[in-house]
Amino acid sequence: MTTASMVFALLFYLAALVFAGGLLVRIAGYARTPAPLRIPTTPAPTTIRGVVFRMAREVMLFESLFKANLWIWALGILFHFGLALVVLRHLRYFTEPVWFWVAAVQPFGIYGGMAMVLGLAGLWARRLLVERIRYISTPSDHLMLVLLLGIGLSGLAMQYVAHPDVIAVKRFFLGWLHFSIQPLPDSLLLYLHLSLVLVLMIVFPFSKLLHAPGVFFSPTRNQVDDSREVRHVSAWAARMDVERPHG
Amino acid sequence: MAETVVAPPYRVIPIVPELKPGAMKEVRSFVANEKIQTALGFPGQLVEDWQEKALARMGELLGKYRSLRVYMDACVHCGACSDKCHYFIGTQDPKNMPVARQDLMRSVYRRYFTLAGKYFPWLVGARDLTREVLDEWYTYFNQCSECRRCSVFCPYGIDTAEVTMAAREILDSVGYGQKYSNEIIGKVHSIGNNLGLPAPALIDTLQGLEEDVKEDTGVDVRFPIDVKGAEVLLITPSADFFAEPHIDSLIGYAKVFHAAGISWTLSSMASEAGNFGMFIGNYDQLRKIALRIREAALELGVKRIVVGECGHAWRVAYSFWNTLTGIGAGATDPFALQLQKQLDARYRQPTHICELTWDLIERDALRFDKEANDQYVVTFHDSCNVARGSRMGDFAGGQFEIPRNIIRAVANHYVEMADHTTREKTFCCGGGGGLLTDDLIDLRVKGALPRMEALQEVVDVHGVNFMATICAICKAQFSKVLPYYKFDRRLVGGVHQLVSNAIILGETH
Repeated sequence: MTTASMVFALLFYLAALVFAGGLLVRIAGYARTPAPLRIPTTPAPTTIRGVVFRMAREVMLFESLFKANLWIWALGILFHFGLALVVLRHLRYFTEPVWFWVAAVQPFGIYGGMAMVLGLAGLWARRLLVERIRYISTPSDHLMLVLLLGIGLSGLAMQYVAHPDVIAVKRFFLGWLHFSIQPLPDSLLLYLHLSLVLVLMIVFPFSKLLHAPGVFFSPTRNQVDDSREVRHVSAWAARMDVERPHG
Repeated sequence: MAETVVAPPYRVIPIVPELKPGAMKEVRSFVANEKIQTALGFPGQLVEDWQEKALARMGELLGKYRSLRVYMDACVHCGACSDKCHYFIGTQDPKNMPVARQDLMRSVYRRYFTLAGKYFPWLVGARDLTREVLDEWYTYFNQCSECRRCSVFCPYGIDTAEVTMAAREILDSVGYGQKYSNEIIGKVHSIGNNLGLPAPALIDTLQGLEEDVKEDTGVDVRFPIDVKGAEVLLITPSADFFAEPHIDSLIGYAKVFHAAGISWTLSSMASEAGNFGMFIGNYDQLRKIALRIREAALELGVKRIVVGECGHAWRVAYSFWNTLTGIGAGATDPFALQLQKQLDARYRQPTHICELTWDLIERDALRFDKEANDQYVVTFHDSCNVARGSRMGDFAGGQFEIPRNIIRAVANHYVEMADHTTREKTFCCGGGGGLLTDDLIDLRVKGALPRMEALQEVVDVHGVNFMATICAICKAQFSKVLPYYKFDRRLVGGVHQLVSNAIILGETH
């Protein structure tokens, strides 16, 4: 077994812990924080069912973004849907036998990779070329795109430039899942790809990537518009009714 | 200052304007003095340890409001909101882009509340909370009308109004409040309404109105106040009592009650629908101001609570009153039940005056002479708080349809402004959210630009000469800024002003 296998295996345990633990802490924080006032934004659904549909449209179709700006929407869709396909395709490295639906999306995964890279390139171009987007960008906004582009490009390069032994890669990750460290093929491209993924996993809970869980907790999007029919009082506000009923 | 303020030119093609960094950095609303501040329990002036106090308050708010907490984290700087704010469009100051306005606070949040900002501030745009940053907060968080247009377009629903409210709350807590809003809140508590109209003057005004309407129509339309046992308690913005064109809508409400034979009353204790507690993001004030209405309702023993034409007041009433005061339905706790048992559950509580009028129209309980409004070609300006923060009727979008239905029922000529400027995409009048003050006239004139462009279009194409709206702030703001855009200030008016013109009163009941 090579040192690289050992290092990557350990780093992936660490990254998985940071990723999952960090996200859990964040999500628990969002969930625990009260939303004392009803602030859904129009068009606000009047039922929970309506909220589920609204959230689904928001998360799967980027409805609000569509209303806002077609360019950002198209590039965002290209990137996120591409990424989703890529992630699904990568499930084959963690499952044996490969789930049938994961096998079914295999041929599309590679187009997902291309879409993802195209979308990212477009988003970065926007960030560099459009004056007002450049104005609001921080170095981390650029670096995040570089990181994701790096992951996408190194992944595509392994498909089209230097093909590592994917059977061995799969053996490594299946082993990793069971705390048994298997040799990782000797490929600089693969090391680069995996290193960038590690960075992404570790950065995720501490960065703007929190928009992913955040959207589900956004009060303007997840609240039912029923404030006249139902009395909503958070715990800290309810105490006021008892202690200071006259203000 | 007012003399030097000029309206920006209309955009030939409504594309995104180029940035003019710092264009509005000198436009600062007057700071509240010690007397105004201490009356609300805020420090009289900027406290010594303001940085420590501000950060502590920020931490507290992050724990109390999920909105703030999620919105500080979730922004990806995508830019969807960047061209949506009327103040940005009108001023071109990049700090008036919603995302940049949020970032004034987000940069501080990152510095003190996130790992990345603590160790790599330059990487994530984190900033120390310096005096310059605090001043910048004061300037630009008092250039946001909390209209929530940006929130409609944000893929995560980030609502800049929530951030602005939090910022103003923090500023107040360290003694750096805004004169206009805080002075008005003081008046609500000491006198009963935002305009500082004492009860005797109010009673006098109402008597005068009764005489005017009698002279005008020959009918004894009453304007009752403090009548115990009335069915309806009307809560309306105090501007309705004497400002033009507001007063014409008050006459409209009175005529509707008269024609429908509904007994109603105003309250001298709660002679104000507006609630500037929302503007400054202070839950205590928001609640305290709303509780006056609860007290008045309990004391007068009314069965229904109806709210007049006021945008943010309707948001507070519709969305927050049930939470704050129990004016609503569905409560199980003793505090709220005390009032909810008294209120008539057959009606929506609270009811918007437009809901009441439209219900009556649908039941054929009102008759109109539509030709009385024939001199008008009417358009409707959706007020931001009604459009994006409330509803009317029991169907989604009722807040858009019901006022329009009323207009079409009382006037023959009605046209819409451009789609991207109406309904939930409506542009703020430019004076909402605690900015309706002369010290911000430059901002107000510039912020009205997108609405004025849309208005100009229907004026040119359809000959529109009346822009109806259901908000006291919109009415006051437009009356003031319309002349800057070469319109007649009387072009704006209330929906119930049109109702008043057309309603047939007949015999008194």
